[in-house]
Amino acid sequence: MKGGVSVGKDIIATIKENVIQGRKTQEDVGIDDSLEGTPGVVELTQQALERNISPQVIITEGLTAGMQVVGEKYSTKEYFIPDMLASAEAVGAAMDILKPVLESANVETKGQFAIATVKGDIHDIGKNIVAILLKGAGYEVYDLGTDVPTEKVVEFVKEERPGYLGLSALLTTTMTGMGEVIKALEENKLRSSVKVLIGGAAVSEEFAHEIDADAYCVDAFQAIKVLEEFEIAKA
Amino acid sequence: MPRKGILVHRPYERLTREQVELIHRASMQILTDPGLISFNREAVDILHSHGAAVESIAGDRQSWQVKIPEQLVLKALDTAPKTVKLGARNPDNALIMHGDEPRVYFITGSETNIWLDVDFPTYVNKADPTREIKVPEFKPRRGTVDDLCQSAHVCEHLEMVDGYIRTVNIQDRDITEDNKDINKFFASLNNNTKHFMSGLTSLKQLNKVVRMAELVAGGKKALEDNPIISFITCLVKSPLQFVDDTTATFIEVCRRGLPVAVSSSPQAGTTAPIKEAGIMAQINAEVLAGITLGQMVKPGTPVLYGSVPVRARMDTLGDSYGSVETSQYNIDCVQMARFYRLPNYSTSGVCDSKIPGQQSSIERLFSDIVVAMSGPQFLHCAFGLLDCNSVFCLLQAVLDDAHFKMIEFFLRQPRIDQPELEAMLKQIREVVATPQKLYIGHIRPLLRSGEISGIYPFEGSGEADDVFELAYERMKELLARPVEYINRKTTARIFEEIPGILPRLNIYERGS
Repeated sequence: MKGGVSVGKDIIATIKENVIQGRKTQEDVGIDDSLEGTPGVVELTQQALERNISPQVIITEGLTAGMQVVGEKYSTKEYFIPDMLASAEAVGAAMDILKPVLESANVETKGQFAIATVKGDIHDIGKNIVAILLKGAGYEVYDLGTDVPTEKVVEFVKEERPGYLGLSALLTTTMTGMGEVIKALEENKLRSSVKVLIGGAAVSEEFAHEIDADAYCVDAFQAIKVLEEFEIAKA
Repeated sequence: MPRKGILVHRPYERLTREQVELIHRASMQILTDPGLISFNREAVDILHSHGAAVESIAGDRQSWQVKIPEQLVLKALDTAPKTVKLGARNPDNALIMHGDEPRVYFITGSETNIWLDVDFPTYVNKADPTREIKVPEFKPRRGTVDDLCQSAHVCEHLEMVDGYIRTVNIQDRDITEDNKDINKFFASLNNNTKHFMSGLTSLKQLNKVVRMAELVAGGKKALEDNPIISFITCLVKSPLQFVDDTTATFIEVCRRGLPVAVSSSPQAGTTAPIKEAGIMAQINAEVLAGITLGQMVKPGTPVLYGSVPVRARMDTLGDSYGSVETSQYNIDCVQMARFYRLPNYSTSGVCDSKIPGQQSSIERLFSDIVVAMSGPQFLHCAFGLLDCNSVFCLLQAVLDDAHFKMIEFFLRQPRIDQPELEAMLKQIREVVATPQKLYIGHIRPLLRSGEISGIYPFEGSGEADDVFELAYERMKELLARPVEYINRKTTARIFEEIPGILPRLNIYERGS
């Protein structure tokens, strides 16, 4: 039994280390070659479940603890965004494995987040980065894609009832589409059910106020912070 | 292993081969008609004994007309070494210069009279006293030997500085013409382990300076093998005149076989024609005349083809180092030196601006990039210099180091080959097949390998322009780093054998 606990602790510590290294699978090299060829976060998460380690322990002591270290390294400029994204992708892949287990145990995720680049705009780098990082932060992310018609966004909110909606636009010619989405949500009496966050090169805090969005996020990290603040306010 | 500098892939050339040859032919003609005027008797005797035509010029000052035939120049070009080694206290800092290779080493200098201090006083917004900003304030003063020590110290730690030319003229009360050279050499050598080049204030100091270098290098033979010092002499004053004292110094340096840069600095518009063809024909003739004299004194003397051409400012007729033409002339000189297969001593980065700022950055970066692209070998690139080489600011030197880091990266050879392209095609196909279609995952293996250029190191947070403050912090950090001083035993011998070095420069005696 003692051995089992030790093995469990070892595997959780290894998951954490692999998150810090940004190693999703065995094939990934990581930040250095110290773990090269060893199992990555995906393989280790599967092994942990096979050993009956609880998903909550995997998430809190392995995945989240690892991401916390990554965040600290990013804020001290030791890590760059590609490092952060690699770690978030690894955590996101682990969450995909854990999702059915969490659902069967009735464990709630942090929240559902739908994201879309508005109608007329096909730019998606920022949107994709936000999606990866939020998934890595433990949110259930629904990526609706680019050039998404207002009706499709409203339809999704109506059907899936996500707590959060992220809208992205790069162009000054397409940013008005964000206001149209918010207006349509109001018309469909859905506005109060969803917090709308906007971002992208063309928009600003001022614009967010103008169109009655709930928050403007300058980057993905601010999006995580804003969501945490909403969660705290909810509690 | 010596320093590598940067080997410039496909160097930038302004002149065609035909234009280079035309300049060469014109210079050969200049050397016989009108020839040069020499104010130095010994140079006249040496040139005459080797076949140059000389004729006394009537006047108050003794001078001679010297006509140097082409065959004497060609013979000198034959004996002048095509590879020159500039040694260093730390042998890993040695520079090997091949005349036919477009490589670039970044070197400090020249000597300035003014040292620019920087301070950051706080200013308060009158309308809103809660708002404060720090604004850099620059205060000029006369340079001292302590300043020279600081400059050598910081340049030791600046990554992109390959060699050191003293940056500040020492003007302390206890510095005289009789002890200036030994003090500037000692202060520089003691605080910097890279190659040291300097001019001489007094020929009488030459033997003392060479003896100092022998003691530091480990003996006479050791200095020959590892010439830790070299000299720069402007023996030719434009247009076409051998100056008495600097020519005398040049002859003596050549006799000792130490490396020497034969430099000429004509000013287009005043001491040389304003047109490119004219200044190029003249400066080339002036440098070749110096090289020819040096090889007559001692065949095989290592020489650098030194070029500091500049255009005149039209408003003051002073030097305009920031002018675009100045860079053009320098690149032309690089090509002329390579035509003769001699290492070039070229110039860039000198600016007209009086203080660090936008003008200074634009002027110096423009010439630093274009002249470096020509692959001049020894690029005397004015680290920290302002106001047409009359002011030195350590903060600017720190800023320059970051510029040269960018230039170094820019000059790297492109890696475009079949294996690389195959790897890229594989990557493109893989990423295009993913839902997010982002290549970010492929950045990571390169992030810490040095294959991706870094962000500007003095970038402020948000919209704040903190460049000067951040560079100042970096400067202080470099000054706090230790320096590899000359060891105690050698220092004691230097002070014993070479009287006149200021006691405060002996770090073992002052206990710091």
